Amino acid sequence: MAMAAPLVLHLLLALLLGSGGQSRAEPERDSLREELVLTPLPSGDVSATFQFRTRWDSELQREGVSHYRLFPKVLGQLISKYSVQELHLSLTQGFWRTRFWGQPFLQAPAGAELWVWFQDSVEDVDKSWKELSNILSGIFCASLNFIDSTNTVTPTASFKPLGVANGTNHHFLRYAVLPREVVCTENLTPWKKLLPCSSKAGLSVLLKAERLFHTSYHSQAVHIRPVCRDAHCVSISWELRQTLTVVFDAYTTGQGKKDWSLFRMFSRTITEACPLASQSYVYVDISRHGQENETLEVSPPPTSTYQAVVLGDRKTYAVYDLLNPATFSGSRSLNLQLKWKQLQDIESQLVPFLHAQRYVSGYGLQKGELSTVLHNTHPYRAFPVLLLETVPWYLRLYVHTLAITTKGKDNKPSYIHYQPAQDRLRPHLLEMLIQLPANSVTKVSIQFERALLRWTEYTPDPNHGFYVSPSVLSALVPNLVGAKPADWEESPLFSTMFPSSDSSSYFVRLYTEPLLVNLPTPDFSMPYNVICLTCTVVAVCYGSFYNLLTRTFHLEEPKRSRLVRWLANIIRRIRGVPPV
Amino acid sequence: MWSVVNPFTSLSLSFRMCKMRRMDLISFQLWHLLCSLHSLVMGLLLDSHRRRALARLLLRLNTPLCVVSYLAGVFWFLGLAFSPLTQNTYISENAMGSTMVEEQFEGGEHAISFARDFIAQRRKTGSLPVAWLERTMRSVGLEVYSQSFSRTLPFPDETHERYMVSGTNVYGILRAPRAASTESLVLIVPSSPETLNAQAVGLLLSLAAYFRSQIYWAKDIIFLVTEHDLLGTEAWLEAYHDVNITGMQSSALRGRAGAIQAAVALELNSDVVTSLDVAVEGLNGQLPNLDLLNLFHAFCQKEALLCTLQGKLQHSDWASLGGSLHGLQTLMLMVLRQASGRPHGPHGLFLRYHVEAITLRGINSFRQYKYDMTAVGKTLEGMFRKLNNLLERLHQSYFFYLLPSLSRFVSIGLYMPAIGFLLFIPGLKALELWVKLNKADFGPEEQLGPNHSPAQPIGQDARGVALTPLVAPVLISQATGLALYLLPVMGQHVAAQHFPVAEAEAVVLTLLAIYVAGLALPHSTHRVVSSTPRGPDSGWMALKLLGLLYLAIQLGCISLFNFSLGFLLAVTMVPAAALTQPNGPRFLYAVLLVLVSPGATLLGSLFLWRELQEAPLTLAEGWQLFLNALAQGVLDHHLYGALLFPLLSLGLYPCWLLFWNVLFWK
Repeated sequence: MAMAAPLVLHLLLALLLGSGGQSRAEPERDSLREELVLTPLPSGDVSATFQFRTRWDSELQREGVSHYRLFPKVLGQLISKYSVQELHLSLTQGFWRTRFWGQPFLQAPAGAELWVWFQDSVEDVDKSWKELSNILSGIFCASLNFIDSTNTVTPTASFKPLGVANGTNHHFLRYAVLPREVVCTENLTPWKKLLPCSSKAGLSVLLKAERLFHTSYHSQAVHIRPVCRDAHCVSISWELRQTLTVVFDAYTTGQGKKDWSLFRMFSRTITEACPLASQSYVYVDISRHGQENETLEVSPPPTSTYQAVVLGDRKTYAVYDLLNPATFSGSRSLNLQLKWKQLQDIESQLVPFLHAQRYVSGYGLQKGELSTVLHNTHPYRAFPVLLLETVPWYLRLYVHTLAITTKGKDNKPSYIHYQPAQDRLRPHLLEMLIQLPANSVTKVSIQFERALLRWTEYTPDPNHGFYVSPSVLSALVPNLVGAKPADWEESPLFSTMFPSSDSSSYFVRLYTEPLLVNLPTPDFSMPYNVICLTCTVVAVCYGSFYNLLTRTFHLEEPKRSRLVRWLANIIRRIRGVPPV
Repeated sequence: MWSVVNPFTSLSLSFRMCKMRRMDLISFQLWHLLCSLHSLVMGLLLDSHRRRALARLLLRLNTPLCVVSYLAGVFWFLGLAFSPLTQNTYISENAMGSTMVEEQFEGGEHAISFARDFIAQRRKTGSLPVAWLERTMRSVGLEVYSQSFSRTLPFPDETHERYMVSGTNVYGILRAPRAASTESLVLIVPSSPETLNAQAVGLLLSLAAYFRSQIYWAKDIIFLVTEHDLLGTEAWLEAYHDVNITGMQSSALRGRAGAIQAAVALELNSDVVTSLDVAVEGLNGQLPNLDLLNLFHAFCQKEALLCTLQGKLQHSDWASLGGSLHGLQTLMLMVLRQASGRPHGPHGLFLRYHVEAITLRGINSFRQYKYDMTAVGKTLEGMFRKLNNLLERLHQSYFFYLLPSLSRFVSIGLYMPAIGFLLFIPGLKALELWVKLNKADFGPEEQLGPNHSPAQPIGQDARGVALTPLVAPVLISQATGLALYLLPVMGQHVAAQHFPVAEAEAVVLTLLAIYVAGLALPHSTHRVVSSTPRGPDSGWMALKLLGLLYLAIQLGCISLFNFSLGFLLAVTMVPAAALTQPNGPRFLYAVLLVLVSPGATLLGSLFLWRELQEAPLTLAEGWQLFLNALAQGVLDHHLYGALLFPLLSLGLYPCWLLFWNVLFWK
């Protein structure tokens, strides 16, 4: 009742004062924060991560909510209709090269990835999952409708809820990856339309498709989760995060120079914050590893800096508050620029503690081997990694060949969960918790046999190969430097995607590259050959039978062979008849 | 075997079906003919009268049929270069067909300066300048890795002067934007002390720099420089696919780029070229998809480059007799090279991994018109851009073909009859022997008629073929083959200790010694075993029957995966095998048999090869080349897994010994 009273008041006020005055009457129940992080990557490229967070202090499921302000209605209705606890959808074109680009704030696999936690009130999870993925397919113009039981798995340990959750029964989790999905402007447009300012104002004016798809990497995502409304966490709020990460190739756009500016990357500059946003920041990573002397220069000079431990590393960010009029005092628009005073040597780049590589080994079209190589480059700390492999059913895994070797020795996983595939029904699921010793390379390999598909099951371009979704690595990587626990609601968005349990380690989720595996492909002119062969068999049979049937038989003096005669004589002797 | 092209997958299905290969129709009709023949023969065989008549006919017509069949096979083969049997090549792959782009590579000068630097660095370091290559590749914006490998050869390689080899391969990966590294293309340059390929390395770097600044790539491109030519390539390929087939020791690769779709190897040793030669024959006679060659040919024409196949230019007038004979010459060269089963360039090793690949060689001869690096670079740019467009692996066109010239080809459906005719002969002869063998026992018995007393011991099965006397020769022949396969390499040190020869010589000489000893060894073995009471001829007939069947099966199998080898062996061995018998002019038979033995065929092929290349050999040179070829053949088997040596030593040589046995049966 206490919740309903303000609503009634709200309505009354709206009726009395007309549409203009409503917002002044009481504090907003939803808020928008927008944020852009620009990071010069170790390889010389530049990554830009946009985050738009809409937070809504409303219990979507319990109240029959019909009035939406900042939170997109289409997603809100989805959550209440399908009792979604958490939803994470990412659409990615390209591959984040962890070894050269460092850890990303948010990694996503190539193609489309969707994972959803349903509330425990849902009775038929599979049905809800199917319908949900179809609706999302329509909303985001993506081929999510191709998600079915053959590519859906229920991981037991790898994907924990990121928001507030009272139960973590993994039966309410569904996870699917479509590695083949091609992401383009038709997926970007619906994503942009969900933003409160669309692409009219604020940071989103930078989101022009012709520039965003002129990059090395493009990943857009939607994350919906419940979060605590306040420190006491008595009630929950819904959080929608729309994130977009792009990596600009500094080499091709800069003619070998690594300097960049907003205008050069996006062919736009920022003129204002989104009027609906309560916070609007641009962060530029200006921390340099190992080198104390000033090597780079940002212009205009930042109003303030922010220092924190992000992904295990001490970072310094130049902060630009777009809601602060001082930011635009010099000129009408903000065109951030970064210049390198002395060229940094690429070879001295820092390799992240955890990175991985995956490939298919062997040759021929009968057997093969899936190998995942995990690198732990931490100088003295070992840490465990959860490895999740989803392999389509047409690669028949030989589980007894599973081999995990570190430094030439067997490495026994402390947890292993394997769900075998069923032909045309569900994929293989393999989850393992593997301890990675310090400064080591671990190879996980498993052999497989390629199945012969039915001829209608081949894709229209079967000789292209079949995709195997990437393996997922989840790990708590130990920090080199201690981090102070920060206030969750106050800290920048890029550091609050994953809840951190303690300050000595940080959570990393990594995806390896997807694989392309060739299956034995029939020559599709085969039907013609089958006709030929069938005709032959029929003709041969028919010919001989016809010959036998139409032949006239004459009686002839039997000419028996010696053996037959001998046998006949024996029988005759037994019968007492004279031999022949 | 007739369904080599695959028209079904493309959208242009109906269109393609209309111009459905003539070959398919022919084979369809052939099937029907075969069916009717079959029912006819079935009917005949069911009736004992007719069966006997047929047997008589078979005996009477056997020799003429064999002669006709042999001549038909040989002439069919010779006719392959003539116009009804060859077709014009065409690009089948849709993705490569229509999208002609303008090549904009202008880095020819750049390539030459890279090449000069490479030569200078090479001289400084004394081996592949790994650090320089890594630095240069990184500076043009590639992701650079290197791989070290080492391999101890089974015995010293005298032609390349190497025994314990260790080297480093350097490769840089150009990552395609917005692609997940699932597919890649490879440009490979082999570099070894004797052929530096400096200009090729320069062009590779220059192309890498140019490709890096382009935005249209959809597949990663690997720029690979290997040391010790094929050894390095093999090491890299094995490491890339994480297999160990040949006992190569190499470090693991740290950078990969998914499934390799196609590869082009480049060999260039001069700043300008007069022509580009293309090599297609790979390990064990495998060939790349014809579309890759067509692609190269298309760009040759577009850039107006002079392109050769087997070092031979295309004849201007194809239809004329001269043109056809020229084509035949090229085709014979291809057959000889394919039959050798050696990888004729680094591309040959890619084929095992289902990667379509060709080798391009820049030739600088005395011709007037020279092309610079830019022209060669543009050709490569065009090829890579087209390969980049591929949606599927190259599979639309032929995998089995013979080439009388770059623009014409003979498909498998048209060349297989040649070997079919030849393999008909051992079949006919075997049938004849079978009939004779049965008759030999049948005949006298029939004459005995009713007088034949039942008291006679009949436990011993008089009909059919007694197999016991055959066991010894077969076993001994096979054992000789096994010795031929194993002993030369295993016993090289023993031989080198006891005789004044080097290891490599020891291997070749042991090989020859065992080969010759095999001739002396087994031909009287059957006498050791209990003498047979059977008719005087049944022993050798049975052995010959067995030998013929063994030969036919082997040749049939070989010709399925390497037509050239199968045909070459069939055309020599089949007539001698058919003729051999212990009666008649035995000396003549012996000479003939020795002349067609696998070793002699190899020697003859070498002479023929050089003759066709218009660089005839003297006898001494020929012999030297022969010894080299033997050593190389054994090495190829151990280093790359070439099958020719085991095939000859374990299969055909023992089979040939069986006929030698037949000849000296009495």
